[in-house]
Amino acid sequence: MSVIPKTRKEMPLTPLSSPTVGAMGKTGSWRTFRPEVYYSKCTRCTLCWVYCPDAAIMRQEDDSPQIDYDYCKGCGICANECPVKAITMKREEE
Amino acid sequence: MPQMIIDTANHIAGYAAKAARVKVVAAYPITPQTTVVEKIASFVESGEMDAEYIRVESEHSAMVACVGASATGVRTFTATSAHGLALMHEALHWASGSRLPIVMAVVNRAMGAPWSIWPDLSDSLSQRDTGWIQFYCADNQEVFDTIIQAYKLCEDERVFLPAMVCLEGFILSHTYAPAKIPEQEKIDDFLQPYKSGWILDIDRPLSHSNLVSPEWYMEFRFMIQEAMENAKKLIPEIDKEYGKRFGFEYGGLVEKYQCEDADLIILTMGTMASDAKIAVNRMRKGGLKVGSARVRVFRPFPVEEVGRLAEHAQMLVTIDRHVSFGMEGFLATETKASLFNQKDLPLVAGFLAGLGGRDVTSETIEKIAKKSLGWMRAGKVEKETEWVDLKE
Repeated sequence: MSVIPKTRKEMPLTPLSSPTVGAMGKTGSWRTFRPEVYYSKCTRCTLCWVYCPDAAIMRQEDDSPQIDYDYCKGCGICANECPVKAITMKREEE
Repeated sequence: MPQMIIDTANHIAGYAAKAARVKVVAAYPITPQTTVVEKIASFVESGEMDAEYIRVESEHSAMVACVGASATGVRTFTATSAHGLALMHEALHWASGSRLPIVMAVVNRAMGAPWSIWPDLSDSLSQRDTGWIQFYCADNQEVFDTIIQAYKLCEDERVFLPAMVCLEGFILSHTYAPAKIPEQEKIDDFLQPYKSGWILDIDRPLSHSNLVSPEWYMEFRFMIQEAMENAKKLIPEIDKEYGKRFGFEYGGLVEKYQCEDADLIILTMGTMASDAKIAVNRMRKGGLKVGSARVRVFRPFPVEEVGRLAEHAQMLVTIDRHVSFGMEGFLATETKASLFNQKDLPLVAGFLAGLGGRDVTSETIEKIAKKSLGWMRAGKVEKETEWVDLKE
């Protein structure tokens, strides 16, 4: 929940924010490279889910990853961490 | 019964952290500060102090660990000197901007290069604009008392800012002197448990001090300025209340000695004021109307009180154990700034002395005062900034 103060008196001493989905808008539009998962190679180790700095990877029931492209910024950490190279980064226009 | 001890100011700072029931200490050793945190480490090890002692890899990490700890709503302490403080610089802004009442002992040491381990105030004065309150102590007892007072002040909801309690290396840090440690129950009664303004809590997650647009940034800065103004009002009140309970009082923001009828007042910070008092006593015997004013709090700067010194005095003389290269000492600058909009301006002369630990004796101060009295009688300051005892 976010409360936007109108006056100085309503302001907190320091800006505080609670976890919210997409407070800055859909940051997926910042992406240059897009991670793509090859589910046949994926071993369900969940390392990509652990390492994603934006919590843009969902863990599905079978522990396979599902990337939320609305918020994935395309940093490539998941592809780098994947021990079996089941994630590749592709240029957005391709 | 209060406990009388004879110990170094550094160890006494450790006693103060224990008496304040500090819960987290994160620190990195550096001369001449090291024995502060060594004392605390021994208290934690023996179980006399119930605190987490976090060993870190640098002073930057020490301050960041303090920021994190303080954000969980616990009383937090650290200590450092010179280059350690400089390394903390970036994190100091995070502490004040996040409005966390961390108290840090700064054992003043000159900055290198050239390398020095001896005292001057250039380390803490360089952190002037970080939003930290700055106290400067004149003796071992005051170090204890000021740390307790600093928590009382910083944790007040009208303030919520961090504070440096500064003491000069070796002159105080490693010098044994008597100090009175009050009964723990009496300190507990004076310094109630810390109630934070906001708190990091895993059950109610939030992030703090994050990005704000130009629409909001200035207001957050203004609120820090407001808190500094509030601190200026509260410091004398807290000092008086402490004095009533424990018998030690330090004049609030400025400790004045023989100022009422003085023609000339010597302004100093830290231990130099003790030598200034001896010099004043000697000159008074010789019929010279001289007084001493010790600026105990540098941020917030006591503009009004320093301004009032000029009501009777014809001349103010500052002695800085510090230089802002290309200008003068900060005490000289701030003193002049405090006077600017007054009628009947006094003469002001700035002297630089004791840099890098060079001894400043009562004789040195008497020499400065007598030279200034000559200028006062002539009605003209011959040299606005003078380096004392500089080799030809």
